[in-house]
Amino acid sequence: MSSALSPGQVVIAGIGATAFGKLPGRDTISMNVEACRLALSDAGIEKARVDAVFVKVPTSSREFMYGQKLCEALGLQPKIGGAWDQGGAANIGLISLAAASIAAGQCEIALVCYADNPRTGNKQAYQRPRGNDAIYGWFSTAAGYAMIQQRHAFECGDQTQALGEIAIACRRHGAANPHAQLRLPLGMQQYLASPWVVEPMRRDDCCLVSDGGAAIVVMSADHARRLGVPTPVPVLGLGQCQTSWDVQLRPSLTSTGAKTSGQMAFTMAGLTPADIDVAQIYDCFTITALMTLEDYGFFPPGKGVDYIRDGQIQIGGRLPLNTSGGLLSETGMPGLQLVMEGVRQMRGHANLQVKGARHCLVSNQGGTMHTHSTLILGQ
Amino acid sequence: MTVQPPQPDITPVNKPWWDALSEGVLTFQTCACGHKWLPPRAECPACLGTGWRWTVASGRAKLVSWTVFHVAYHEAFANRIPYNVAVAELAEGPRMITNVADAPDGSGLRIDMELELALQEEGGTVVARFRSANRR
Repeated sequence: MSSALSPGQVVIAGIGATAFGKLPGRDTISMNVEACRLALSDAGIEKARVDAVFVKVPTSSREFMYGQKLCEALGLQPKIGGAWDQGGAANIGLISLAAASIAAGQCEIALVCYADNPRTGNKQAYQRPRGNDAIYGWFSTAAGYAMIQQRHAFECGDQTQALGEIAIACRRHGAANPHAQLRLPLGMQQYLASPWVVEPMRRDDCCLVSDGGAAIVVMSADHARRLGVPTPVPVLGLGQCQTSWDVQLRPSLTSTGAKTSGQMAFTMAGLTPADIDVAQIYDCFTITALMTLEDYGFFPPGKGVDYIRDGQIQIGGRLPLNTSGGLLSETGMPGLQLVMEGVRQMRGHANLQVKGARHCLVSNQGGTMHTHSTLILGQ
Repeated sequence: MTVQPPQPDITPVNKPWWDALSEGVLTFQTCACGHKWLPPRAECPACLGTGWRWTVASGRAKLVSWTVFHVAYHEAFANRIPYNVAVAELAEGPRMITNVADAPDGSGLRIDMELELALQEEGGTVVARFRSANRR
């Protein structure tokens, strides 16, 4: 099957982010502008060359025509621009949209960005009543994942050790990252003693809630060469998939969009999981990362412990995971920090650099495993 | 004064469902195409048609999964933790969010266990809770 978008045709030319954590008084437009300024500067691209702006809707505040409001603040009149909502999968979803638009000749240089301030602003999005079912006490994002985790333990066996190892790896990597919001390493005993939030989910299974913004610059490899972009990172594979059904309506609670999305990305890249040297896997909750790795084909469902234990997903292991700390330790920002760390790994100057890494896999995921997107980066 | 949980947003589409509960009957929608579902919708999500009717559920169900809340995200639940929220699959097929009323902290719950309907009032609204079918 031929593909209109070939591996390496499009690159990530620049990355930028605000500080992560508590940024009181900063609105999302301001954080997006700062992140875009830094990403353009990193790419060495003048603002005036940007002709597309794709922004993920801030999770905690919905605003009419947000994409246009942002472009006004950026002083840009792009050909293509707008805000997109897919939950956390939207970042890589927007990279796909940018890449397809560039390949189709509809635009040349795109900004993909996201900012939110749930930490000092409004956390309501994460604690929300879930429609009319709130009368049953059905609240929050975490509880939906706990429902999935419980069913997963029944179908695939207890995964507590594997989930603990994921939290421990992310926390170790985050502790080494001077920009991370949570720099406290975690041990297995401490993980197991972590209090229940929504049982079977522990506090240390849950990601951070953070203020912050991030942006990346996307363009064709040809364009990057002509413009002298210093360290373009090729996009080798892209995929997406949506389960759509809410948790209680989903025919299977233990299979995610990662299966189809991963297959799309690996097929486009002409690679398999065995080719992946480092992975940035969406870890809003540890069960998300575990099921994503299962559905990507790294190990069969329920067989993760052997793959994961003994530091194998830590730096120096067979598949270092979330090398800047992920959502569990670097920042709770939903996903773009994972893309940025993937770019740093492929450039070869990440804080915890995986030596000789040639391929980095990045996953984004949204809702309660409603949406999934996959990105494979190369060199 | 006791704080009540959030009450449902009643619409022309879901009103018959809530009204039936208040009369002691759990219903779901059955389409001419054969598809059966909850929660109430104007169109069948399988064939997209409107040729559906309300059907009375047997009240038998099985437990798909559950979680036990140890934190309260709403003040109405502050003095109820730990409490469970569950997914039940009706014997007829449709699935719904509910509580297993006789196991608030989740003890004794098993995935796929048989449940039976236990309608209860919650702040003036009748809700469709379940209890374990084989425990009595």
